[in-house]
Amino acid sequence: MSAAVWQWRRPSVLPGFGLALGYTILYLSLIVLIPLSAAFFKTFALTWTAFWETVTAPRVVASLRLTFGASLIAAAINGIFGLLVAWVLVRYRFAGRRIVDALIDLPFALPTAVAGIALTAVYAGNGWIGRLLEPMGIKVAFTPLGVIVALTFIGLPFVVRTVQPVLEDLEPELEEAAATLGANRWQTFQRIILPAIWPALLTGFTLATARAVGEYGSVIFIAGNVPMVSEITPLLIITKLEQYDYAGATAIAVVMLLISFALLLLINLLQWWTGRRMVRI
Amino acid sequence: MSDVFALPAPVAARRRATAEPVLVRAGLIGIAMVFLGVFLVVPLAAVFTEALRKGVQAYFAALTEPDALAAVRLTILVALIAVPANLIFGVAASWAIAKFEFKGKSVLITLIDLPFAVSPVVSGLIYVLLFGLQGWFGPWLQAHDIKIIFAVPGIVLATVFVTFPFVARELIPLMQAQGSEEEEAARVLGASGWQILWRVTLPNVKWGLLYGVILCNARAMGEFGAVSVVSGHIRGLTNTMPLYVEILYNEYHFAAAFAVASLLACLALATLALKGLVEWKARQEQDNGEPVFEYGAAT
Repeated sequence: MSAAVWQWRRPSVLPGFGLALGYTILYLSLIVLIPLSAAFFKTFALTWTAFWETVTAPRVVASLRLTFGASLIAAAINGIFGLLVAWVLVRYRFAGRRIVDALIDLPFALPTAVAGIALTAVYAGNGWIGRLLEPMGIKVAFTPLGVIVALTFIGLPFVVRTVQPVLEDLEPELEEAAATLGANRWQTFQRIILPAIWPALLTGFTLATARAVGEYGSVIFIAGNVPMVSEITPLLIITKLEQYDYAGATAIAVVMLLISFALLLLINLLQWWTGRRMVRI
Repeated sequence: MSDVFALPAPVAARRRATAEPVLVRAGLIGIAMVFLGVFLVVPLAAVFTEALRKGVQAYFAALTEPDALAAVRLTILVALIAVPANLIFGVAASWAIAKFEFKGKSVLITLIDLPFAVSPVVSGLIYVLLFGLQGWFGPWLQAHDIKIIFAVPGIVLATVFVTFPFVARELIPLMQAQGSEEEEAARVLGASGWQILWRVTLPNVKWGLLYGVILCNARAMGEFGAVSVVSGHIRGLTNTMPLYVEILYNEYHFAAAFAVASLLACLALATLALKGLVEWKARQEQDNGEPVFEYGAAT
């Protein structure tokens, strides 16, 4: 056995390769790969027409449109404000900066169900912020706007955490040179800083989108879940399951899986690009 | 002290030369704080306010309900199984990936990250497809009277799936950065594989490991979507804390729902505090010339 192994791995004096890799592949297969493939095999039980009819039903299409639209808008909000927050945290010194910095990760640490009911309480018509918005005719809770708010919350750390290290590593000489050549701060930002952090910003945006597309817990409380209006795709999967429509649920799940994998590929490409860019700078 | 650490003298001087006007600075800080306030601080404060709305007594009464206690117990049980399972996997995977060179390594790393890309709902669904009544193993399981879906094993499996990459993806880059010279030296001096792991490798990566475990635990205890699909929502039996919050909320027991939610919020705050502590300790050791631990790799 070892003779075959030596062909595809570089020799090492360290022991335990076979055991560690064997366990890794076994555990990975049992927990992740075999269950995931079950979803694909289950869809093969459907004919192509049945599959296509399921995933292009008006209710499914409406939910996909809402899920992706809201995810992209939320990621864009996080792109703009995340960059601003990262900038403020890296460049400025103010009281409580460290606490604010630690708090950024709250959406990673707070269970999504808790985030969901908290956001609903805050943005409902009688909530702390909802009360201020209602006189202006803006309803957040139980509308598609609520979906965007929830997805903005759970995607908040991604852009901040991808842009922050790049801003920290930015060479001050570049900005000094720009200033010496007569650029004002806005020009320096546009022409020097933004191009340097652009790949990181795009990576954060894509990560936030990918997370938002699959999100369930924080959305369902605030969304109102009206079919065709404020029903997200993951909820539709659960609805189908509760009606014992396993084939339908799986067909939608496979569409979501394919989209997730495409986004994962995009993220890997972006990170590869970021790595390349960093070497070049 | 923090300013000294973050701003060595030449950088501070540069800031003055190419800094924004004071008003712009204040404006940007203001906008950032309002954004974070509206999206992070206000909802967090709302959890505790709503929890105490009916008074301290009602708060503690809600937490000591038998169903609430059962949910706390189940949540802890699930985390006690899922976190060690993924910890052992993380150590094994990072040992194989970081200490050896072999073909197909990057594919393996991508596959380990896969659960992060999958919607929680889909993560639960795939186990229903395997072990549910209509699933692959459903008839066999029923014939042998084994329940996985709508029972505790299903909840554990779904939780293991969603927390799968946490420890591994902290350890792999860290151990790759450290190289394997120390392990090779230990080997040459006659140490066995387990001795190398316990005395050389694990002490070197302890902060990264702890960081991964903290994040893994937070997600394991807080997971909602995946667990919701496989749980069946049986009170006192298959309700974890997040699921119990949902049930109370949907039954309009808002104060009780927020009371249980406040426990989870405390867990989140403790997670953030511990995470900060680990980052700080790791940075201290890094300043003392010890191996680098790159924080924030897990997202």
